[in-house]
Amino acid sequence: MAVGCIYGLVALGFVLIYKATELVNFAQGDLLTLGAFVCYMAVVWWGLDYWVGFVIAVVVIGAFGALLDRVVLRQVIGQPQFAVVMLTIGLGAMFRTFASVTWGSEIYTLPTPFGGVWTIGGVTLSHQYLSIIAGTLVLCGVLYAFFNHTRLGVAMQATSQNQLAAYYMGIPVKLIFSLIWAISAGVAAAAGILLAPVTLIDTNMGLAVALKAFAAAVLGGFGSIPGALFGGIIIGLIELYAGATLPEGFKDTAPYIVLLLMLIVRPQGLFGTLTRKKV
Amino acid sequence: MRFPFKTSYNQDIRLFRDRVDVFWYGLLAVAVLVLPLLMDEYYVGESTWVFIYGICGVSLMVLVGYTGLVSLGHAAFLGIGAYAHAFFIMHGAPWVVAVGLAVAITTACGLIVGLPALRMTGIYLAIATLAFSVIIQEVFSRWESVTHGFAGMKVDRPVIFGVAFADDRSFYYLCLFFLVIVLWLTRNLLRAPTGRAWIAIRDSEIAAQSMGVNLAIYKSMAFAYSAGVMGLAGALFAHKIAFLAPDIFNILLSIQFLLLVIVGGLGSLHGALFGAVFVALLPPLIAILRDSIPDSMAEFAAATGITPVASVGAAVGAFLAKPGVEAGIFGLILVLVILLEPLGMYGRWLKIKLFFSTFPMYKASTFKRQKSYMRSERLR
Repeated sequence: MAVGCIYGLVALGFVLIYKATELVNFAQGDLLTLGAFVCYMAVVWWGLDYWVGFVIAVVVIGAFGALLDRVVLRQVIGQPQFAVVMLTIGLGAMFRTFASVTWGSEIYTLPTPFGGVWTIGGVTLSHQYLSIIAGTLVLCGVLYAFFNHTRLGVAMQATSQNQLAAYYMGIPVKLIFSLIWAISAGVAAAAGILLAPVTLIDTNMGLAVALKAFAAAVLGGFGSIPGALFGGIIIGLIELYAGATLPEGFKDTAPYIVLLLMLIVRPQGLFGTLTRKKV
Repeated sequence: MRFPFKTSYNQDIRLFRDRVDVFWYGLLAVAVLVLPLLMDEYYVGESTWVFIYGICGVSLMVLVGYTGLVSLGHAAFLGIGAYAHAFFIMHGAPWVVAVGLAVAITTACGLIVGLPALRMTGIYLAIATLAFSVIIQEVFSRWESVTHGFAGMKVDRPVIFGVAFADDRSFYYLCLFFLVIVLWLTRNLLRAPTGRAWIAIRDSEIAAQSMGVNLAIYKSMAFAYSAGVMGLAGALFAHKIAFLAPDIFNILLSIQFLLLVIVGGLGSLHGALFGAVFVALLPPLIAILRDSIPDSMAEFAAATGITPVASVGAAVGAFLAKPGVEAGIFGLILVLVILLEPLGMYGRWLKIKLFFSTFPMYKASTFKRQKSYMRSERLR
């Protein structure tokens, strides 16, 4: 469940960017890794408070996301989608190398204030997992409020529905793109920090999560925000039950088998819509 | 500049444009045949990789560059070919039969993957093939009676009709032979109605369909052909790498193949070969640089008396020696190519050629892309 929430959060990042700019960001998982590392640096090396580290990491990675959009991804708008996918894959590889050169290939543990456990009716709930679920809920609530109740959020929705119309209405589309990248990268960083106590921090933590999150995004229908979260939780649960009940080896593949079946039966995903181009 | 004057349709579709082309390709053939006799055995082995990657590149070029279907899971087909080939060889099948069966099996797998792919486009297809390759990789590690799992599988050099291809030189010629066959076959397919249908599908599915191209048949044909060629490459790959383990055929290898076709230049067989040269020779080049830069910098520093140069050289060497740097360099090159030269190495080659053939009159704007707006791919 908790891991499913992480998948959901990363999938949310994919979907935000896809909805607004129609780019698919394969480097999302590596942004997650970078976020976790920045938080680790802030907390352990500089001795800051966990929450301060959290905010620093989210802001730094968010700013980095906006910069990425401004400098690199702005150039390729209008090129085939495939070229952009490859571009983000290349960026992801660069980030991974950067992380392994800067922080080495050791595995780090991020100290958190969530050490204890609660026992409710014989069920033990560790604070770590609860923190992930709570963090996801809070983030989603904030994003929901932002998108529906602020001027900027509504402008972002308008941009993702129809760029040209939004532009004519006086919305600064380019700025909105950068902001969406910033939000999406920030969400990835937050997911990385929440995930850090569970999987520990190393340079490849993002890749595995991103692949599963991808499955989650597709399962929920690329382009649907509740779908992404829902898909993430489903993927997390499938993984859990497959690991518990099916023979060894199915834990890692079950999400993909479900994904393939899903794509065959209903390619637009659970919540997605697919319209045919009119000629 | 030469202006070929075409008077018949056959002239338009023939293999070589004119005699000059025939001369240059002939020269290239002679060079490729003679070089291994002059080169060191180590370099012969490295150039064999160029041919194997070349076959992989042609396979992916047909799918991505000509039909416009993106596959993030081609390493799985390579793996299926390699394992099938190794399995049949181990059970005593003659080499030719084993290769034939390996190609047949991968072609069938390609068809099976291609069928659901008919309903998907763009990013969905990429994700579906990615999921397929993850599943196949798990199958490789679990189906131990066939693949031996993580214990691995040893593959000897091929023996064909009693002739052993044991040393690197003879294996070089074997790979070259298959590359030429594949190139010839693909070139012929591409100038036939099949290839034109593929290109039509790439440029606009709706237009192709309106012109009477059966999308289902041609898309699955592209998938099957591409997978079959990949299976052949897999068989050679198995011999070259000599030891099969499931984690070779991971997503990073698939990405490397995509990198190959993009860096080479999408939509041309030349591009597949340029890309193969690049992907096969970059790792050894990095290794050479890693070893030689610190030494040469130190020598330079000693000769000129500028000592900081030596420490810069040492730092560069240490940086290149770190694990994972190679992937980052590949990533950087991919980013630069997509940003600066979307046509790839072959596009750059065309530009250079045009520059010299039109010498004083060359205009950079000939290749300038039109101002492009975002086109929605959500509507299909």
